[in-house]
Amino acid sequence: MLKYVAKRLGLALLTVFVVTTAIFFMTNILPGDPATRILGNLAEPENVAKLRKDLGLDRPLLAQYWTWLSNTLQGDLGNSIQHRVPVVDYILPAIGLSLRLAAIAFLLTVPLSIIGGITAGVMRGKPVDRVITVGGLSAAVVPEFVWAVLLVLIVGVRLKWLPTSAYPGPDEGLLTYVYHLILPSIALVLVLFGYISRIARAGVIEAFDSDYVRTATLKGLPRRKVVNKHVLRNALLPSIAVIASQVPYLIGGLVAVERVFNYPGFGTILIKAVQYRDYPVLQSSVLIVAVVIVLAQLIADILFAVLNPRIRQGIER
Amino acid sequence: MTQASALRAAAVLERKRIRKERFAQLRRNPAFILGALLLGMWLIAALFGNFLTRFEPGGVDVLNVNKRPSDEFWFGTDNIGRDVYSRVVAGTRPIIFMAFSATAIGTLFGTTLGLLTGYMKGRFDVIVMRILDAISALPVIVIALLALAALEGQSEVITVLIIGFVFTPIIARTVRAAVLYEAELDYVAAAKLRTEKMPHILFVEILPNVLPPIIVEFTIRLGYAVFAIATLSFLGVGVELGSPNWGSQVAENYSGIFGNLWWATVFPAGAIATLAIGINLIADSIMEAFEI
Repeated sequence: MLKYVAKRLGLALLTVFVVTTAIFFMTNILPGDPATRILGNLAEPENVAKLRKDLGLDRPLLAQYWTWLSNTLQGDLGNSIQHRVPVVDYILPAIGLSLRLAAIAFLLTVPLSIIGGITAGVMRGKPVDRVITVGGLSAAVVPEFVWAVLLVLIVGVRLKWLPTSAYPGPDEGLLTYVYHLILPSIALVLVLFGYISRIARAGVIEAFDSDYVRTATLKGLPRRKVVNKHVLRNALLPSIAVIASQVPYLIGGLVAVERVFNYPGFGTILIKAVQYRDYPVLQSSVLIVAVVIVLAQLIADILFAVLNPRIRQGIER
Repeated sequence: MTQASALRAAAVLERKRIRKERFAQLRRNPAFILGALLLGMWLIAALFGNFLTRFEPGGVDVLNVNKRPSDEFWFGTDNIGRDVYSRVVAGTRPIIFMAFSATAIGTLFGTTLGLLTGYMKGRFDVIVMRILDAISALPVIVIALLALAALEGQSEVITVLIIGFVFTPIIARTVRAAVLYEAELDYVAAAKLRTEKMPHILFVEILPNVLPPIIVEFTIRLGYAVFAIATLSFLGVGVELGSPNWGSQVAENYSGIFGNLWWATVFPAGAIATLAIGINLIADSIMEAFEI
């Protein structure tokens, strides 16, 4: 078990390192000079040269990489070019806002899609199954921003059931925040539901086809007991793995949904950083995204191991 | 020899029969028919858009701003008086062309890489897969934003290349899994004994047998390419500003929905949804028919 965790941790660190390196070289090796891009093509050459020096762009690339890497490891992400403040101070509050949205979306998605997937699996081949499976996957391929504008129009503007703004202002109670975030969360739920419920359904079906469920049925256990005691436990395992794999999609979705709702979260910062060519913010944002994703995967791997006796006791590998 | 060739002919016939049966099953599936109709409709709009538009898609008409859908303006007009119907039709070609190109690039490189890594196990496989894993850990949208910021301009070509690049490891993984299985089979061993060269084994012997998962992966990725391109154009990156992209149309008009001016947003949004769902229904039915 310990060995398994150590191996996963090593892989996670390696992944973050590869991504970090890729990010750095992507923004620095590609054609075009950041200083010129920041100041525009009409800028005076002296100004460009000065900015290059300020940003340290006149130094050899490997030296730049080393400085950037060691600063990053010490928690210094540099200064925002656009706002002239440390990137950390600028990004952290926005991440907090995005985390709230993501948390509500996750709290809605996970139980809904697991219940949906289990229902579909138990009702396999029946119309309910078709509706959940085909409907879920069809909803999943429609971009979040499309769902978001349709939800605002139908649920917010027409039916007036939920507020159309996602951010009630800085000094509101927790419940008000949650209430305002339900509509944007639903847009994310609609995209995530299909994938997670499909895996939960597959887990149920696989369990139903297994020898131990047949044994349980043949020894005369009522169907309800077979489902509760034998099917569900095994069906949930693969769902955990797939939930973690949805984190990248969730982050991608956040960017689009925050834009629709004009929500001042992480996605909004990312888009602004792209528009203003704010490289320190951009690099740091992508780094944070990478760390979050790798962390989610790591937690899922460990949870999977804890719940799966075969890995826990080191029988596999 | 005669016996061997007779056996081989029988195997080929059997394979053809199975394939035929599967296509017949596909054609009877209502989900497939619906998907094909939706995709077909948009393909026609993409190919013959020039004949289907009613007004100049970029034509501003200050006398007809925010008009409701009517006999004259089927889908209404947007906030600067452009005909929404004509813009939706004109927006078909860029998204379909970009999505197909990006997916084709990803499939081409992904298949080649998958064949190579699946066949040449060992260190090469491990290293390549590890790097690919790291890259595909990031969301497509984030990679695209990063690259579009680093590269000059908002060019469609960059968007297509990035999405193709992001798809490559995903497709490579699927192909690799299929190749790992195929490489153990007798016909590959036979080809090796005949001292066939590796490219021949990979592309002539193995490739035809791993086509079904590649086709499914292509269709799924095509849907996701539509998803990504629409989202990027909604965010205002990756497409030419002012071009009639569906995502840009939603971005330009969605503030109107708060005032109940729904048509300039709902029609392009619905276009994105129906195209994506149509492709997904096709992918799903193929998967069902080929039991992948």
